[in-house]
Amino acid sequence: MNTLNRHHTPALALVVALVLAGCASGVKLDETPPVETRTPGAGSGAGAAGSGTSQSGVAAVDLTGKTDASAVGKIVYFDFDSFVVKDEYRGIVEGHAKMLAANRSKRVVIEGHADERGGREYNLALGQKRAEAVGRSLALLGVQDSQLESVSYGEERPAVTGSDEAAWAKNRRAELRDR
Amino acid sequence: MNSSQNLRPVLPLRRRSLIAWPLAAVASPALAQFRVEISGVGATQLPIAALKFRDEEKAPQPVGAIVRADLERSGLFRNVDGAGTVVDETSQPSMPEWRGRNADALVAGSVSRLADGRFDVRYRLWDVVKGADLGGQSYAVPAADLRLAAHRIADAVYERLTGEKGVFSTRIAYVTKGGGRHTLWVTDADGEGGQSALVSPEPIISPAWSPDGRELAYVSFEKRKAVVYVQDVGSGKRRTIADFRGSNSAPAWSPDGSQMALTLSREGGSQLYLMSRDGSNVRRFTQSGAIDTEATWSPDGKHIYFVSDRGGGPQIYRQAVSGGGAERITFGGSYNISPAVSPDGRLLAYISRDGGAFRLQVVELAGGTPRTLGNTADDESPSFAPNSRLIIYATRDGGRDVLMTTTADGRIKARLVATQADVREPVWGPFGR
Repeated sequence: MNTLNRHHTPALALVVALVLAGCASGVKLDETPPVETRTPGAGSGAGAAGSGTSQSGVAAVDLTGKTDASAVGKIVYFDFDSFVVKDEYRGIVEGHAKMLAANRSKRVVIEGHADERGGREYNLALGQKRAEAVGRSLALLGVQDSQLESVSYGEERPAVTGSDEAAWAKNRRAELRDR
Repeated sequence: MNSSQNLRPVLPLRRRSLIAWPLAAVASPALAQFRVEISGVGATQLPIAALKFRDEEKAPQPVGAIVRADLERSGLFRNVDGAGTVVDETSQPSMPEWRGRNADALVAGSVSRLADGRFDVRYRLWDVVKGADLGGQSYAVPAADLRLAAHRIADAVYERLTGEKGVFSTRIAYVTKGGGRHTLWVTDADGEGGQSALVSPEPIISPAWSPDGRELAYVSFEKRKAVVYVQDVGSGKRRTIADFRGSNSAPAWSPDGSQMALTLSREGGSQLYLMSRDGSNVRRFTQSGAIDTEATWSPDGKHIYFVSDRGGGPQIYRQAVSGGGAERITFGGSYNISPAVSPDGRLLAYISRDGGAFRLQVVELAGGTPRTLGNTADDESPSFAPNSRLIIYATRDGGRDVLMTTTADGRIKARLVATQADVREPVWGPFGR
């Protein structure tokens, strides 16, 4: 494709050059450059600087105006590589269960989190497992499934920054938030 | 096309080009987001004089410099200084003179502004050893595609001289975190020309290019939970592809672009599901009481590789799309995640925990011993270039979060040093754009 033949008849290549547009269609060097035959801007490349349709344009979506102020919910912490809701958090779980049983229209979201070690997607699944463990504890106390949603932030939203066991222990958690 | 040139002859390397090339730093043009640093030894570097293109200084992008940097960054070429020479694609350069400068190949060209505001970029390549004109091309492009034209020229030169397809004109996507915002970026494969595709106050993970390179699927937490979106890169138009109860994550396009595999927790636990590209026809793919996630398709579309902790710790498994049981692929170590299959189907790259370190490994799928490719300890998210020759991944190096590329044999590495504090989740786009 990238070879150049000085004695090649230009007819076919010129037709190709006239039909194709933009960078994808590099034309052979000895052919007439297809200057007058293009319609600049036709089709409109988003974000393109200069005239003509760009193949490099990327349109940006900006969500930063849509901030969602987040109050810290009740927190259940987990041991390393563990998904067991420890006895010391029975109060939190029972308190939520009572509140949800008293008001069946109330809903709670449980956000699971992992520490930073390991892969992001696997950690998302670990956080999900922690959230679901808390959800099961609530269900055992009579909370209806429709009042709960277990989700995960994985390692993406650490409560504490730092790369030591103290920070990791604070980040292996599930937060209960009212909806 | 001349039939004898269909064979894509590789230029004979002269003896001096076999000398090992130690470390080098390639300066990037202004406005660079990354500075590319190369380490490793290219045993057979071809000396090429990649000259400044005539009038490139009158265009918004230094076309010749981009071509030169691309070729050098591949590790397969060593630049020969052409200072003081004036050559363009119409010249008939003196081959003895360039042989005297120890160049085996010469590439030169020009940039001129067209009446409609676009630029005509032309180049020609010479085999200096044989004294042969290897041809050239012309690209008429808008200013926004000048970098693309330069990368296409580098691809053409690379393919002509090495016999392999170049990936300089492909794109990469990655995510940065800083200043309270998460940004999904799309850049050229050299890390330059960055444009943001999504800016969000909430995390963004797991970007995945559609096979045609027009769309990015990703996980965004903007609804305070993991939801999978697909965004048209050129227009910014987005659609929600998976927003089920629980978490929705790890999107993976089938090679033909018609299907997507992803991880859903809508039935409890994290399990793999398949769906059509528009989000319809959702069906469960794995049935385990364990975590199943990080699906990736084999290039023939017949298998899905994924991570599961059904055997205890996370390991990589393979399961036929048509059904049947899962076959365990990784056995060394207690923690192997983030599988990536090379587009030629030969290699599996993944991250393996080794004590407290997480390291990029590669293994031949036909069988072989896994090799650790780097000496860094926080490797993440490997992704193959479409020519299967290079892998991009995130890691920490020198106390900073960086993106690295390595050849699949681990010999040549390039560090793309971000100016931002935190860069992650790189993914290499397909050929074409």
